[in-house]
Amino acid sequence: MFRISSTALDPAVLHAAQRNVQAGACVTFEGWVRDRNEGQPVRSLEYEAYEPLARAEGERILAEARERFALVGAECIHRVGHLQLGELAVWVGVTAEHRAAAFDACRYIIDEAKARLPIWKKEYYASGATAWINCATRGEHAAPARPPG
Amino acid sequence: MNKTISVQYFAILREQRGLSGETIPTAAATAAALYEELRVRHGFTLPAERVRAAINEEFVAAEAPLREGDRIVFIPPVAGG
Repeated sequence: MFRISSTALDPAVLHAAQRNVQAGACVTFEGWVRDRNEGQPVRSLEYEAYEPLARAEGERILAEARERFALVGAECIHRVGHLQLGELAVWVGVTAEHRAAAFDACRYIIDEAKARLPIWKKEYYASGATAWINCATRGEHAAPARPPG
Repeated sequence: MNKTISVQYFAILREQRGLSGETIPTAAATAAALYEELRVRHGFTLPAERVRAAINEEFVAAEAPLREGDRIVFIPPVAGG
């Protein structure tokens, strides 16, 4: 399941919910708020989502992962709101009978989520400046779904 | 002929418009034409080729036609994760 959360994520709770005796492998990814970007000290981040479309696109990404890889479970949760350094911004958890599918699917889900979800990030710098990432001088628009294969 | 379209703004477009949404009359025939109209009117800094559109909560092509009562969102370059 794909979710958007406006409250803090607890990885222990998310991880426990993935438990399944059919799975022999669990791979998780945690995206954290980092203290710098492209050399600029960052104080905090704000995430904003177009939630109905983000949820629909997130569910499509999880469905694609289930089609491409032999999975037992797959979940992705993305935060919105104002996040402080070190906070968990995105969490992906994948279970499978075997490790290869779990690693590959986890990587697929986070890569597609970053490229496709209508979610935006504003950085607040130590200098007092702010910037919407990818909206100034670089960055592509939300990517279309990958062709099957 | 004018249509009534509901526009929602996010992120940099919301800040540059100073609103999260509005319902407006427009003669624009396509999503791209409406973006161009709004970009000129409000001074949006993102060129049309860096913005995607979603109509009624589905991604659409830039040349997608606008219909009376459509809900449109212009999607700036994304940065999740």
